[in-house]
Amino acid sequence: MTVLFTILTLSLLGILAALILYVVAQKFKVEEDPRIDQVEKMLPGANCGGCGFAGCRGLADALVARDDISALFCPVGGASTMEGIATYLGKVAPKKEPTVATVRCGGVCSKRPKTNEYNGTKSCVIASSFYVGESACAFGCLGYGDCVEACAFDAIHVNPETGIAEVDAEKCTACGACVKACPKNLIELRKKWPKNRAVYVACASKDKGAVTMKACKAGCIGCGKCAKVCAFDAITIENGLAYIDSQKCKLCRKCVNECPTGAIVLKGMDPLPKEPKVVAKPAEAKPAAEPKAEVKKESANE
Amino acid sequence: MKTFPIGGVHPSDNKCWSKDKAIEVLELPDVVNIPLAQHIGAPATAKVAKGDKVLVGQLIAEATGFMSANIHSSVSGTVTAVDMVPNGQGIRQMMITIKREGDEWMPEIDRSKDIVRECSLEPQAIIAKIKQAGIVGMGGATFPTHVKLSIPQGCVAEYLIINGVECEPFLTSDHRNMLERGEELLIGVEIIAKALGVKHTVVGVENNKPDAIANLKKIIAEKGFDIKVEPLKVQYPQGGEKQLIAAVTGRQVPPPPALPIHVGAVVCNASTSLAVYEAVQKNKPLIERVVTITGETMATPRNLLTRMGTPISKLVEMGGGLVEGDVKVVNGGPMMGRAMVNIDSPVTKGCSGITVFVGKKAHRVAVDDCIKCAKCVEACPMGLEPYLLIKLSERQMWDRAEQERIPDCIECGCCQYTCPAGLPLLDYVRLAKQTVMGIIRARAAAEAAKK
Repeated sequence: MTVLFTILTLSLLGILAALILYVVAQKFKVEEDPRIDQVEKMLPGANCGGCGFAGCRGLADALVARDDISALFCPVGGASTMEGIATYLGKVAPKKEPTVATVRCGGVCSKRPKTNEYNGTKSCVIASSFYVGESACAFGCLGYGDCVEACAFDAIHVNPETGIAEVDAEKCTACGACVKACPKNLIELRKKWPKNRAVYVACASKDKGAVTMKACKAGCIGCGKCAKVCAFDAITIENGLAYIDSQKCKLCRKCVNECPTGAIVLKGMDPLPKEPKVVAKPAEAKPAAEPKAEVKKESANE
Repeated sequence: MKTFPIGGVHPSDNKCWSKDKAIEVLELPDVVNIPLAQHIGAPATAKVAKGDKVLVGQLIAEATGFMSANIHSSVSGTVTAVDMVPNGQGIRQMMITIKREGDEWMPEIDRSKDIVRECSLEPQAIIAKIKQAGIVGMGGATFPTHVKLSIPQGCVAEYLIINGVECEPFLTSDHRNMLERGEELLIGVEIIAKALGVKHTVVGVENNKPDAIANLKKIIAEKGFDIKVEPLKVQYPQGGEKQLIAAVTGRQVPPPPALPIHVGAVVCNASTSLAVYEAVQKNKPLIERVVTITGETMATPRNLLTRMGTPISKLVEMGGGLVEGDVKVVNGGPMMGRAMVNIDSPVTKGCSGITVFVGKKAHRVAVDDCIKCAKCVEACPMGLEPYLLIKLSERQMWDRAEQERIPDCIECGCCQYTCPAGLPLLDYVRLAKQTVMGIIRARAAAEAAKK
């Protein structure tokens, strides 16, 4: 009898609770666009924050709510994902060129001698709050891997041989987490070419040329040779540091051969053949003469 | 014996190496590098250019605004550069380089050894003279002294506390000054007391310097100063501003942005008082200071009267030079000093000593996991919870860190010293403190912009 009574009481309690829950759920129901769930499913679900929202749900919310979604972009999913979502929502897909994280330091151990040994916490933020770093360069990669910690895609690693962070372009989604994590502001999102081709200045030193040279043999000394040879106006020199605009650069590779310190890095391509000096002179003279002739023609036409 | 109410640690004081070495005058350097930023606040503005001839004590850089300090040449000679030079941490900062030629002083500086006690100047005139002389807190924090002595409206200074505690292990520069130049130092204290108009003046000295306490007491009795000497318990960080106020007056300074003046106290370092004496009575700006060069392995630890801008390598050489193997040269003492990578960097206004560590002591201890033993909580003199703050810092939870009163941290290093797991508590707490302070400043600026 007692057993029966117990079962009955508990069942009644259960039914009562279910009823209350049902009424409350109906009363306080939040009307939500079902498309948000759908869009969230179409997003990669990495919750990396690369879009500027706290997670994929935030971006999905914004994509559904806004009429103009040109400012929203998921770097992880890329153009194809955005295309799919835009078609589903009947909106115009935002266009953005793919980019890739690039570490602007080429100061490998052989080129950038160690001047001291760091014994403290292995963290770039903390080491850079103390002092210049294990070499004499105040701008170079420290190699303690704050960017590695920040990366959710296993796309950046510190090479133990060079002591510098390297990006795996295949895995990199350009979410920008490493850019924020680097206390030296070394990492930049640059235009991604097919086959991971790239030309960039692997140096961020704003010191004077002589100072940079003393600290690191691979540093940019701001000589300006690359800027002179560039036909696309892509290279600017500021604070003794050359910078190649990845939007203007056409990967012609002329600057790579000009750089006296090898600070301009070429990836995914063979360098232009370095012609012997004797041959090079007339070869240089010819293209130099041609534009002049053109100028003359133009002025004659006028 | 008086002490501060919570926390603190007892590191071995290691003063034995240099405490009995009388102050010696370091031979003049051939070249000095004088940084424009030797104080808290805006860096000074250079008033000389390459090729200019300067005399000892000549103004070479002027304070930029109120929260800044004047800088004077410490040698006579020719300015060879005003350029970026690496400091002790290898970071480039603006410095004036002067090549020394002879030792010619500005004519108005009184270089005689006569002790002048009479000071007829008005408080405002005293503060103006201190500002002119570019005096900053010489204990290490380098807070401009004229700012400290300018009492904000609505506040009244009751206590002037002179910090002769020197709780940092190894360092003995304040100790030697109190012992050898006690009378001048006390006149300096009297002058500061006059500028502030305080009722009580107390010199706090840690009890491991009985000779300094006896010397000051003797001079006070003989010459009739209205100053009290308070022996304090040997406990680190007894010389922290807030700890010292609590120990002497029993008053608690509220959390920032409150200042010691809000509880009616002003704290000045002992060597700063001596500099005030020299500035007000002798017209001598802050161009030299006593620097201790010490370390367990140093052949000849010394206390050297050094001109500002002298390369630290010169002091190290005087101390017996560096040995082979792992060496760490620290600007300051082991608790709050900063390790250096460039010992050719100059001595500055806040540099009270150079400590050299060799071998195992040059290394940090191995790091283990936190077992929540709470030794750091017990040691923290500000009543913070370092084990929690390090986690908040690692996870970048800045809001929560602010709630946990991280701006209160005085960066004394007690937590890291006491941690049995060797955790880098201070490294992370300092990082979080800087970030949170930045957030607070940005918020204040945004609010000001709204109004």
